[in-house]
Order: sequence, then C-alpha cells, then structure tokens
Amino acid sequence: MSQLFSKKNKDVFFNPFNIDNPVTVQVLGICSALAVTAKLEPAIVMGLSVTVIVAFANVIISLLRKTIPNRIRIIVQLVVVAALVTIVSEVLKAYAYDVSVQLSVYVGLIITNCILMGRLEAFAMQNAPWESFLDGLGNGIGYAMILIVVAFFRELLGAGQILGFNILNYDCIANTGYMNNGLMLMPPMALIIVGCVIWVQRARNKEMQEQ
Amino acid sequence: MKALRNYLDKIKPNFEEGGKLHAFHSVFDGFESFMFVPSTTSKSGTHIHDAIDSKRIMSIVVIALIPALLFGMYNVGYQHFLAIGQENAGFLNLFGYGFLAVLPKIIVSYVVGLGIEFIVAQWKNEEIQEGFLVSGILIPMIVPIDCPLWILAVATAFSVIFVKEIFGGTGMNVFNVALMTRAFLFFGYPSQMSGDVVWVAKGSIFGLGEGTLVDSFSGATPLGQIATTKAEVAIHAINGSTASLSDMFFGFIPGSIGETSVVAIAIGAFILLWTGIGSWKTMVSVFVGGIVMGLIFNQFGAADNFMAQMPWYQHLMLGGFCFGAVFMATDPVTSARTETGKYIFGFLVGAMAIIIRVLNPGYPEGMMLAILLMNIFAPLIDYYVVQSNTTRRIKRAINK
Repeated sequence: MSQLFSKKNKDVFFNPFNIDNPVTVQVLGICSALAVTAKLEPAIVMGLSVTVIVAFANVIISLLRKTIPNRIRIIVQLVVVAALVTIVSEVLKAYAYDVSVQLSVYVGLIITNCILMGRLEAFAMQNAPWESFLDGLGNGIGYAMILIVVAFFRELLGAGQILGFNILNYDCIANTGYMNNGLMLMPPMALIIVGCVIWVQRARNKEMQEQ
Repeated sequence: MKALRNYLDKIKPNFEEGGKLHAFHSVFDGFESFMFVPSTTSKSGTHIHDAIDSKRIMSIVVIALIPALLFGMYNVGYQHFLAIGQENAGFLNLFGYGFLAVLPKIIVSYVVGLGIEFIVAQWKNEEIQEGFLVSGILIPMIVPIDCPLWILAVATAFSVIFVKEIFGGTGMNVFNVALMTRAFLFFGYPSQMSGDVVWVAKGSIFGLGEGTLVDSFSGATPLGQIATTKAEVAIHAINGSTASLSDMFFGFIPGSIGETSVVAIAIGAFILLWTGIGSWKTMVSVFVGGIVMGLIFNQFGAADNFMAQMPWYQHLMLGGFCFGAVFMATDPVTSARTETGKYIFGFLVGAMAIIIRVLNPGYPEGMMLAILLMNIFAPLIDYYVVQSNTTRRIKRAINK
C-alpha cells in the first residue's frame, strides 16, 4: 500500500497542479481553454471529460505498451482515445444534453487535444498502469483547474452570473452604473486571463523564472 | 522658469540617496526631466544625441492636439445646447459646458495611466517613462462624451498594463495604447461606445445647460445615419435640421470628442509636420488610400449601399479618419519605420478604414480597426522593405 502512494507517485499526481501544469507551463490544450470557458458549467464538464479520458487512455496504453509496435503507436493511441471520446460524448448526450449542445464539437475535438497525446507519448508508453493512471488524473485535474478559474472570471465579469445564477445582474448594482464587460465573453479575453494565471504562478514560484 | 529651477534644486537633496523622500525619487526625476532637458550626458562610448529628447517630442504632440481638444470641448457644449434648443446660449456657456464635461475624462485618464506608470517605475526601480503623456490626452479625445468615467478608468488600466507594460513599456508596444483603450471599450461596452444615444451630453452640469431635449432630437452620428440607411439621405444634425458639408468640415456634428473638426486637426497636423515630428509620408498615404478606396467603391460598390456611394471627400471628413491619419497612424512606435514602409503602411490604413466602413454595416467607423490591424503588420512591412533593399544591393554587387 505504501508503495502505491510513494513520494514519486505523489509527485506524478501533484506536479501537474502547479509546476508541471499542462496549460500554464506546458501551454497545451489552449484551443479548448479559449473555446469552452465563456461559461462555468461547460468548462467543468469539459474538464471532467478530459480528466476521465486522459486517465483511462493512459491506463489502456500503459497496459498495451509492450505489445504496440513502435511504428504504428500513434495510430493505436488515437484509436484508444477516439473510443473513449465516443463513450464520453454519448454519456453526455444521454445525461447532460444541454451542456453537450453548448460544448458542440469540442467534445469530439478532445481527440486532438495535445495534452492527451503528450501524456500517452511521454508517460504511458514508459510507465506501469498505476503510475499512468495517477499521471492522467493529475494532468486532467490540472487542466480542469485552469479551465474553471478562467471560466469563473469570464462568466462573472462577462455575464454577471456564476453557473447561471445571477450574481451581478441586480438593479441595485446596475443603478451604480456597473455594466458587464462584453469582451469577457469573447475568446481574446480567455487568452489574457490564462496569461494572468501564468503571471501569478510564475511570480509565486521562484524556480520557474528564467534568469 | 528660473524660480522653478531654483525650487527644484532646493528640494532635490530630499530625493537623492539617503534623503527622506528617496522613495519618490522616480516621480521627482520624471517631473524634473519633463520640465527641463537633463544636462547629463552618457558616460561611455560615443553617442550622437538629437537636439530634442522624447519628452520634448511628446510635449509637442500634446500641443498639436490642443486645437482639436479645445474645439472638441466647444462642440460638446454646442451639441448639448443644440439638443435642448438653445443654440444661441453664448460662447462662454457653450465652451464652459463642454470644458466641464470633458475635464473629468482627461483627469481620469491621466490619473489612472500615470498612476500605473509611476507604480511600475517605482517597483522596477526605473525612470518614469514619458509615453503616457500623449496617450493620456488622446484617450479622452476618442471616446463619446457620454462614456462613463469608471469604464474609461478600467479600459485605460487594461491597455496600459496589457498593451504597454507587458511588452516592456514605452517604445516597445505593438499596438497604439490609446486606440487599444478604445477597442477595449468598443468591444467590452458596445452600448456605451456606439449607437445613437452616447454622442451628445444631455444632463446639466452644476446647473449649466439645463433644459429638455427638443422633440426632433436624434443623436446619431453622420456615419451612423449612413450605415443604417439604404437610400441616399440628407444627413441631419441632432436637432433634425440638415447638416451641410461645411458643418462636417468645421466639425459641428456629433462624434467622439476630438475627432469632428477637420480644421482643428489640420492645425495639429501643421504643427506636427512643421516640427518634423509626424511623418508626412504616413499622413499623405493614409489620405491617398482613403481616396483611392472611396473612388473604387463609387465605381464598383453596390448601388443601394449609400456608404459605398458616398463621395471620397465626405469619407475623409466624417468620423475619425482625419484624427486617425494625423495622430494615430503617425505614432512612431507602432507604425512602419522604414521610409518606403511608411507609404505602404499609410495606404493600407486608409484603404482598410474605408473597406471596413463600407463592407461591414456593424462597424460604421473603421479607422480604429484599420490602424490596429496595420499595427500588427508594420514589422512585417519593415522586414520586407529591408529585405528587398538587401537583395537589390547584393544583386548590384554581383553584377559588377
């Protein structure tokens, strides 16, 4: 049991939250971070879907890693990811239809998310299933965290809502002259918020600053 | 001047190392070098200095902007009193009203922008950079009079931080800071930046300009009116009467504060060109680009699109075309720097502005977007101008 949660495994799981974050440090998966973060709800669902897919794809590829011929490994990885994406997409359509409509093509496009291919190539091909599972889970949560932070600010400042509940859209606030910022709902602002997150993170971590 | 020099010399020790106000030394340095050309010279190497430094250049641009600003204030008052049916209220009332309406915007823009500059300079232990002197006066001149002060403050802060400081401060920015402020307002708060209600100040200030709006009031700008119509219309002033070409030329039309008067902008252009600070190449080619594109649309544009059929001289007179051409496109930091590049840059700015006006009815004014778009391409233009020069000279050397 202690072996399962050794120091190394803890690092594998927790590093993607901070010093090895897939979005803010490796700068992967930016397209979907811009596209689905206008509202908080789709961002949470998207983060959850990617977490599930990357964790299980990591496990499956890790189990197969010794039998996959090197020259066709990308194809095999894609097939595994595509199968998982299809399952997640069907589940969303069945149980969360509204959100799946809002996410539209971006669920299908998880196949092309660089985080997935990155983890499969860089980690699952060399490591045992349990470590791969932790790595996938950690990276998925690291990705979801950034999505949720970005979507929180965009929905709050852009639409005055959180998860569809009015926070700033009341007459008493509107009477003071406050207005929602329409630019927040457009993709450029997501990029700037991601930039701010990176800024804060690097300011806090001395070892991430280049000399 | 002598007294000020003596006073600065007297308080200077307080700001030097060990003085009790040392923490504010960058503020003092900034102020001192703004008032007097520093007498220090570089310590190492050989340098050739221009006779005027960038603080003096900025001051001259601000002086060049003053005619347009003063006229803008007068026009704000004029439009207001026209809207309440008392256009004969007297010059002092008109100007006083406009002055009081515009002044808060100038203060907000300078306090927010310079505040951020001072904080950054203090924090990084650098000298205060002078770039915001011009941006700070440009920002209030390119917004509608009814733009709320707090969103102006937010937009100014956004653009000073994310358009200028992030890229390394004055002289390093890719985009024009003042225009980016306007773009932020335009996309973030469209209801406060476009439409037909924000261009005329309607309330009274300290009891000045009290009255109710005339029944025929309609606050749309000429370009706004043209963009929403299919047939050729007579452009009307805000009280319903017809606006003549001379009104548009002298600037008695609603619009952003500083942009309406061609005459006042021409005075500014004269100052910039006479002192050699603005590039005539950029200015002329912006106008040429606008004229050529206007003529092309006159020939080939849809017959029922009045914006396309508008004569070229009207295109140049309306909206922010002149203001953008004289004060924005010539910004030495964000425009092309090679001499040939300036022609290309200017021409494309003018042409793009007319294209956006005509082909996108959602944006009746294209000058802002055209300049921002070309700001991105300015380094590319420079690169190819330099490259083509290199290739030409290599060829010449080989052929010999």
